[in-house]
This record gives sequence, C-alpha cells and structure tokens, in this order.
Amino acid sequence: MPSTATHTVDAPHAADAPLIVMEDVNKWYGAYHALRDVNLSVRRGEKIVLCGPSGSGKSTLIRCINHLETIKSGRITVDGVRLDDSTRSVDAVRSEVGMVFQNFNLFPHMTVLQNCTLAPMRVRGVTVAAAEATAKRFLERVRIAEHAHKYPAQLSGGQQQRVAIARALCMEPKVMLFDEPTSALDPEMVKEVLDTMVSLARDGMTMVCVTHEMGFARQVADRVIFMADGQILEQADPESFFRHPTHPRARSFLGEILAHH
Amino acid sequence: MGYTLDFSVVIDALPSLLWGCLATIGLAQSGMSLALVIGVAGVVARGSNQRWLRGLVIGFVELIRNTPFLVQIFFLFFALPHIGLTLNPTVTAILALGLNGGAYAIEIIRGGVQSIDKGQIEAGLALGLHKGQVFRMIVLKPALRAIYPSLTGQFIMLTLTSSICSAIAAYELTSVAQRIESDTFRSFEVYFTITGLYLAISWLMMTGFSVFSRRYFNYPTR
Repeated sequence: MPSTATHTVDAPHAADAPLIVMEDVNKWYGAYHALRDVNLSVRRGEKIVLCGPSGSGKSTLIRCINHLETIKSGRITVDGVRLDDSTRSVDAVRSEVGMVFQNFNLFPHMTVLQNCTLAPMRVRGVTVAAAEATAKRFLERVRIAEHAHKYPAQLSGGQQQRVAIARALCMEPKVMLFDEPTSALDPEMVKEVLDTMVSLARDGMTMVCVTHEMGFARQVADRVIFMADGQILEQADPESFFRHPTHPRARSFLGEILAHH
Repeated sequence: MGYTLDFSVVIDALPSLLWGCLATIGLAQSGMSLALVIGVAGVVARGSNQRWLRGLVIGFVELIRNTPFLVQIFFLFFALPHIGLTLNPTVTAILALGLNGGAYAIEIIRGGVQSIDKGQIEAGLALGLHKGQVFRMIVLKPALRAIYPSLTGQFIMLTLTSSICSAIAAYELTSVAQRIESDTFRSFEVYFTITGLYLAISWLMMTGFSVFSRRYFNYPTR
C-alpha cells in the first residue's frame, strides 16, 4: 500500500492507474494531529467504507480529497491531478469528485431541479436544456423526479439526501464521497438512502463512504478501512474485517457498534 | 389660543411639498443604493486577509456609528472645501446618507452572512463553484432574507434622517417646508402636514419592502 511510485501517478488516464492516491498525508488542527501518515489508494470502481470512532479522522480524510481541508504534508492525487493548493488543480479535482454531506446541504432558495442544474451550468457551462435533461435523468434514478419543482424544506430528510445524491451525480463525477450520509436521518429514512447508494455501487461508481452502516459495508464494500486517532489501523475486505478484526481497537469498536444492531 | 388654523397656505403650497416628497424619496433612494454598495463591499473587505483593510472597515464603522449625523454632514459640506473638495448640497447629502447608512449596513449584512450554515458554502465549493459564485448564488439570498427586517428598518431610518440634510439646504421635503414656513409663518400647518407626508413615505416604503419580500423570498423555510 505505501508510497506509490511517482511515475504511475503521472500517467493519469491509464485505466488501471488508481483514481485517488494519498501518500504520507498529515494534517493538524493547531496542536491536534488529525491525520497521521495516511496512505490510501482507491482503484476505479472500488467501493470503500471508512469507519472508526468519532474524532478518528474519517471525515477529515475524505474532505482532504476535494480540498475542503488543506493538508500539512504529503501528496494527494485525483485522476492524475496533483492537488497543490492552486486554483487550477482544486477546480479540476472538484469537478470530478462528488460529495454528499451528513446534513444534505441543499440550497434552500432553489427548487430541487435548480439545485441539480446550478453546478453543471455554472461550472461546466452546459445549457439550461441539457442541464435539466441530465437533472431529470438522475432525479428519476433516485426516484424523486415528481418533486423536481419543490423546495428542499418541503421534502423529508431522506428525500433531501436523495436529491443531494442526484445533485452530485449531475456533475457526472468519477468518484463519490459520502460523509456520514445517513447519520442525520430519522431511522425510517435510512433505508431509502442506503438503497440509492447500493444501486449506485451496482452501477460501478467509485465510492468512498464514511458510515457506521455495517450492513451497507457488508453488502457493497470492496474494502473496509478502520481508522482511529487519525491513522489507518486496519483494512480488509468486509468478510475478514467483520469476522476477524486483527487490531484491538477495531475489535472493541466492532463490539460496540454491533451491540447496537 | 388666538391661533386660527389656516390650511389654505398648505393647499397653495401643495405642489412644492409634493416635489419635496419626490426629492426626499430620490435622496433616500440614492443614499440607500450607496449604503448597500458600501455595505456589501465593507463585508467583503472585512473578511479580507489584509489586516489594514479589515482595520480600515472597523475604523470606518466605529467612526460613523459613534458620531452625530449632523456633524458628519457639516464636515463633508463645510470642512472639505478647505482641503479643496467642494460638493453641492445634493451630492453632499447623498454621500453623507450613503456613508452613514453604509456603516450600519456593514454590521447588518455581516450578521446575515454569518447566519449562513458553513455547510452551504462547502456544498457549493464541492460542486466546483468558485468563492465569488458561492457568495452570489448561494449565500446572498438566504443571508438577505435573514436580515431583511433589520436592513429595511435601517433604510426607513435613513429616509427619515434625510430631513437633517435641510441643514445644508439640500433640496428635500423638510427644507421645502422651512421655506414655506418662513414665507407664511404658518408653522403648525406646515409641520403638521409634512409630519403626515413623512408618515406616508414610510408607510409606502414598508409596503413596497413587504411586497418585494413576498415575491423575492418566495421559498419555504422550515
């Protein structure tokens, strides 16, 4: 896993080159060491579930991938583009990386349709007609097309989160990041969002998900990564991770989380 | 109580009073526009990473909010000519109202921008929008909605404050009234009438603001 050689990173469009590469990434919040020597490589089409106790750096890690957080040292490369704080690299990466947030973050003053067409029109320069066609296609896909002309406040949490997924998909990203997408939902709405994510996974989307939904991890993840104290402590396919977690922290974490299910 | 009310002077002077109203509205409108520009620019500058720029804005707001409007307008009108800057009364009045209203607008708008959830900004950035686009397309409208009552209240205040511009003989309702009063000595009738006219202007503005609000902020909130 550690240190992918530089020349493979610089061959961006090779189909077998990893989509995301993080090398020796370190991040601090003041004196707090939030990410410690993180190395992670995500293949095209791979589905990764990140788990770990709160404050372990999972969210911070995925927020570094689209530069919502800056790093202190190390390198992050997305689809061959090295994130280097330049506007150009940040723009290039963000337009290829979709993100879904815990609190949906839909824009309250825009209809569902407008939420979905804003970025394609303003960032990609797509025409209104084309943007709306794309939006309708993805709204259909998350089964919420009939609410296209409603405002976010008129929808339930689960519906809002599905719109947020459609909004991100409208940019036709190469990878989707999910930051605890079901944590703010009422229990009866978790399933509709997870179902949407499962179907997205089935269609081959590359996904990095921070979630405590272990059922989801079992069902779709190619790899489960366990983090604590800003470090990746263990990674394995879901079967082995859930059956035989090796790191003691992973074992106690699983014990706690599975006790609730 | 030997005073007999005689509103005939007011009726004769009605056309000039109505022109005065229009002048007041025009003055207020120009002042508000300038205040809004200063307000938005001030908020952007206040968030700059240049320390001197932030300091400048803070200093400006402190200066304006802690000194009387009459002194501010006298300074612009009587003091600036000594350093070679002479402005006519109307321009001075607009400038004074704009600077004064702007200082208050900075504080109000800043509050509105701070009321926006950081997640909104992050969602915009994550979609690939630039900071400026995020501000204009995502932050501005909900922020404006949050501060609309205080901002429009400030604007009505600014309109009423414009009467102080009569002190430098700017053309507006109060100075028109003063002229009629000094010609006719009908103080009660004249000031009674313009009190009503100011009330009508305020009421008209409030109605306009609420009509605009209903049309522009037409999205539901929780």
